Amino acid sequence: MQFDPFVIPFNIGLYFILIYAVVRSIIWFRDLSRPDKLRLQRGFFGKAFGQSLKEIFLESLIHRKILRTNPRLGYMHMSLAFGWFLLILFGTIEADIFGEKHLNPPYKAIFFKFFNPEHGITGFEAAYAFLMDLILLFILSGLFLAVIKRFTPKVVGMKKSTKLKSLDKLALTSLWLIFPARLIAESLTSGEYSTGSFLTGSIGSWLATFLPAGELAYPFWWLYSLSLGTFFILLPVTRYLHIPAELFLIFMRNSGIRTGDKAGSYSEIQAHSCSSCGICIDQCQMNFSAGINNIQPAYLIKAIRGNEDTSEIAMNCLMCGRCDQKCPVGIEISAVRMIQRREVYSGPEFRNTWKGYFRLRNGDHTPKPNGHHVYDYLPEVAAAEKTDILYFAGCMTHLTPAVSRSMVKILDASGLKWSFLDKDGGACCGRPLMLAGNDREARELINHTSELIWKSGAHTLVTSCPICYKVFRESYYLDIEVLHHTQFIKNLIDEDLVRMNFLHKRVAYHTPCELGRGTQVYNEPKDVIRHVAILEETGYEDENSLCCGGSLGNIKISYRDRQKIAVDAAARLTSRNPEILITSCPLCKKTLSAATPTKVADISEIVAEAVIIPKTEKTSLKHSLPVAEAVNIF
Amino acid sequence: MEKFGFKLSKPRVIDFDRNDKSVAEFIHANEPSFRLCIECGGCSATCTAGNFIPFSLRELHILLKRGETEKVKDNIEKCMLCGKCSLVCPRGVNTRNIIELAKRAFKIPELHAV
Amino acid sequence: MMAGNVVVVGGGVAGMEVAGQLARSGCMVTLIEKESFTGGHVREWHHLFPDRRNSREVTDYLDRQIDHDNITLMAGTTIARMEYGKKVFTVDTDNGTSLSADAVVVATGFDLFRSERKEEYGYGIYDNVITSADLEAMFRNGAIKRTDGTTPEKIGIVHCVGSRDEKAGNIYCSKLCCITAVKQAMELKEHISDAKVYCFYMDMRMGGALYEETYRESQEKYGINFIRGKVSEVGETIDHKLIVKVEDTLVGRPLRMELDMIVLMAGMEMSKGGVKMAQIFGLKTGENRFFAAADHHYGSNASNVEALFLAGSCTAPMNITETISHARAAAAEVINYLRKAER
Repeated sequence: MQFDPFVIPFNIGLYFILIYAVVRSIIWFRDLSRPDKLRLQRGFFGKAFGQSLKEIFLESLIHRKILRTNPRLGYMHMSLAFGWFLLILFGTIEADIFGEKHLNPPYKAIFFKFFNPEHGITGFEAAYAFLMDLILLFILSGLFLAVIKRFTPKVVGMKKSTKLKSLDKLALTSLWLIFPARLIAESLTSGEYSTGSFLTGSIGSWLATFLPAGELAYPFWWLYSLSLGTFFILLPVTRYLHIPAELFLIFMRNSGIRTGDKAGSYSEIQAHSCSSCGICIDQCQMNFSAGINNIQPAYLIKAIRGNEDTSEIAMNCLMCGRCDQKCPVGIEISAVRMIQRREVYSGPEFRNTWKGYFRLRNGDHTPKPNGHHVYDYLPEVAAAEKTDILYFAGCMTHLTPAVSRSMVKILDASGLKWSFLDKDGGACCGRPLMLAGNDREARELINHTSELIWKSGAHTLVTSCPICYKVFRESYYLDIEVLHHTQFIKNLIDEDLVRMNFLHKRVAYHTPCELGRGTQVYNEPKDVIRHVAILEETGYEDENSLCCGGSLGNIKISYRDRQKIAVDAAARLTSRNPEILITSCPLCKKTLSAATPTKVADISEIVAEAVIIPKTEKTSLKHSLPVAEAVNIF
Repeated sequence: MEKFGFKLSKPRVIDFDRNDKSVAEFIHANEPSFRLCIECGGCSATCTAGNFIPFSLRELHILLKRGETEKVKDNIEKCMLCGKCSLVCPRGVNTRNIIELAKRAFKIPELHAV
Repeated sequence: MMAGNVVVVGGGVAGMEVAGQLARSGCMVTLIEKESFTGGHVREWHHLFPDRRNSREVTDYLDRQIDHDNITLMAGTTIARMEYGKKVFTVDTDNGTSLSADAVVVATGFDLFRSERKEEYGYGIYDNVITSADLEAMFRNGAIKRTDGTTPEKIGIVHCVGSRDEKAGNIYCSKLCCITAVKQAMELKEHISDAKVYCFYMDMRMGGALYEETYRESQEKYGINFIRGKVSEVGETIDHKLIVKVEDTLVGRPLRMELDMIVLMAGMEMSKGGVKMAQIFGLKTGENRFFAAADHHYGSNASNVEALFLAGSCTAPMNITETISHARAAAAEVINYLRKAER
């Protein structure tokens, strides 16, 4: 039996991390809800398993998504992850084939060179040694990039690198030491025995010319083992937990588990899967337009992992969803943030790091109904006159009368039977409360407005406000069709219920967050615009659209900072000098028009301007367009 | 309050020196724009909740600053957070954060004796 | 007599006064005005506060001021380029003239806030929401009418439209709108004796000579009503009456009122022409976007550019009295500068 005391740190670390992984997975599994447990079981023995393996290979090892967004950063992650994987894989094979016996303990593979210093001189052995050196070089090249990134993020194409806490720094140091230590240890041993391939062999023989290679090698093997051991032991309390956590995440996601609205295993695993790569920071307008860079998902997740008070960070976000689109790990960032917001509301509970070492137990933070109604002052809903189309302008639209007036004109021109639900102001739709984490209160408003809608007898609800639209679609129990006015106008055009002149104007379209990324309504607005004007691209289309800065999602940001975001967004959107900047949200309209000299208008306004008074009287839509199923990202 | 042998149900004056202004201070500390209000009433005029009941953010705001917190405590939750007030505010006051902070302040026992 | 060529940019009150003063001191003045007429905003105003004299009396005075052999008026002209070297400005106009000047006075004045930017007030959306400038035009035409031809009986005046409003991008006070509102309210009563006029204000800023007296007079003799609260929204009823949403902050309750007409007191902003001059001449502007004078107290005509002086409301909102004084001070500064340069 080959053994040397220097392998002890590595062994301790390795067995610690293995036991930790087992215990942790049991706890995670136990804390899943019953349906999620079933999902996971089905996933484990079904098609999802293969998908997960494929995804683990592509995302956790190759880092395909990061490679696509940022090749240099992707290479850095790939070389470290995939390289290390190859090194372990081929190292194990090497130990198995060339070692003194088969089925070795893991340290044999890791420290193969130490125990077989004379290996790798001839034929197949030399070729194999060459391969191992090549893999090591691959890793070292990535490490080189990582070191540069830490000090000058721009080199790997990042504008900002995440700031680290002290344990992370220690873990980072041990991680950085692993491969250089191995390189030097192997090289020195190779130098002593005149073995090793192009990398370790050459460096070794060169070092041996002026150094006592044999004596120096031993401390470096210790260093190699120590840094591995340290890294493994620190792994659960540092961001490097993302390496194993991402595997769990992939399995769970492929089994059909989603974040939901309460903290649980899945949200916890997501928090641990974040590698702090910083792609979300580069996407964030609060960072690149207003210079606020301590609230982005990477920081929020870091605070969650560190059991810190997240109330300020969680609330300080526009909830525009730009980061959701780009997270290479596929963390449902906005959903995780919403969980934190709900927790803030039910009272902050400070936890400490060491208690959270084994388990970040949040407890049940569901607001407890106390029988106290906040909005019981809302009037009883009386029976209303029956109508077909119900128009709900929304709170914000009352501050943009041009929008509601245009909708009135269009609705009248359509000849449909319609009524104006909140002509004299209604209750709020409830979404702003939900965005602030006050779900229970929001439910009261939802119930009130739902009753109004039911009693109207309408078969279609049309709203001008994307914020209302999202909540009507996702949180109201309505058995009628819910349309944003852009979709409604599109239907009117398709059904030939309105006719329009073509206005020869060059216009650009800004997709509001809640309508675009929020509810996936991308095409209808553009189709409508193309009917009345010449639509030009902005460079910020669809999923890549900007937030105007006015978002109700953030209750912390100052007006001045909002204004910075608005001015920057407006400048980007009008960089190709359109005659009109068109949007489809009253809040975006208000925000952008205060931020640019370019005329800003809602779609309904240009349609109302172009509309021709109808030929005949019509009573109802023949059929309605299919509406894409909304994706729940917030 | 026992004075001169009869009970005062509601004091005639704002007892500014004795009133508890800790809630206002808490909000100041966390939302500097709280100081900027000029009591124009734009927020109250546009208020969605104020459309149904007597609810005036302007009034609650000045009461907080004077330490007359009782009415604020009873009324602050009536807000729907719709955000219209923050859009019309000529001083750029972050009204929604003030409401959320006030709600939170009333939940912190050591902050106030109301 | 001292000689010197001076270009004055802007033919409003300040520009005309400064040109007249300089011409009488022996300077050769070229007065450049982008419009085809001189007199600026005053030309469009009917009566002036606080004494409600006809604005013609002021424009007649200004016309006499620039009626001088030393003044060349270039109306309908703007400046395209400028060079400064060896103490001489070379100024090129958009119609190809090249002027040489020893000093330049910028008197580009102000623009009225475009009230459609406060969309919630419905200017350009609802009939019968007009601005203070629109009302002056009605006064001049001698008839105050709604778009349907009827005479308004209940009229609301909204103060601070585009002033003291961060959302409108202007946090400063335009200073003249309060007194203009009072003046226009009284005039409305003179035109329509049984009309009811309501002023919606945040603060009444009556800091000028005779302002407070006028305010008192409007209450005492004209029965103008003042309601303290910022109008947040304007709506319209089915029969085309306007509704204002405002909190009567002194009562502490929201107030709804139906009105026949709403007059918006548009604030003053740095003019577009001024912004262009700032680029061409490299002039500094302040946070309020008006030109930043070299010193707030004793250098309000001097700029950050040598031999370039500022006059009038391109530096801050000013009334006519202040503008004329500021223009005279600018003329004095120019003359001092030219004297020193001569030596």
